[in-house]
Amino acid sequence: MMPGVLLGAGLAILVGIFLLLTRAFAGPTPFDRILATNAMGTKTVIFVALLGFISGRPEFLDTALAYAIINFVSTIAILKFIEFRRIG
Amino acid sequence: MQPIFDVLTVFFLAVGCLLAVTGALGVVRMPDFYSRLHPAGKTDSLALVLIITGLLFQCSRYPGIGMGAAIRLVLIAGFVFLTSPVATHAIAKAAMLAGLEPWRKADESHAQL
Repeated sequence: MMPGVLLGAGLAILVGIFLLLTRAFAGPTPFDRILATNAMGTKTVIFVALLGFISGRPEFLDTALAYAIINFVSTIAILKFIEFRRIG
Repeated sequence: MQPIFDVLTVFFLAVGCLLAVTGALGVVRMPDFYSRLHPAGKTDSLALVLIITGLLFQCSRYPGIGMGAAIRLVLIAGFVFLTSPVATHAIAKAAMLAGLEPWRKADESHAQL
């Protein structure tokens, strides 16, 4: 029974990712797109963690942890570029 | 013990998925960038923590590697709980510095003029 529940949760997260993707495409300002992409990254972390438990191999959690770190750093880097027009 | 854990997992996953989908729906439906920060920033971190808590109860199914998986889950939850508000605040600050005007109702702005 448990894999079915995890699979349903993964499908719900995918629906959320799709809704955020429509906002990332439609967003009038660049900040809307950054916000939607950041939220998509958080949901991707959830999905990767769920995927590890669906396939019965929790080693996927290392990938989820790395994805969380990359998501935060890339968001801050893009915002810093918009604010100061340079990365360094 | 595992049946109780399974019930807890189902509960936490259901609440977390509800928050995740409604938060995404709010990002699509809200009229303005600043109001979109509200569903995107708050529901995201809470949904992740709830779903991670639900997965935490499943770690006892994996005898050898369950402990390491539990530690990694707690690390992910703690990291996202710290960084998601920081990212949301940084996006709002960048939008404010770029001069994005908050949205008002049409007749309300006329009344202020």
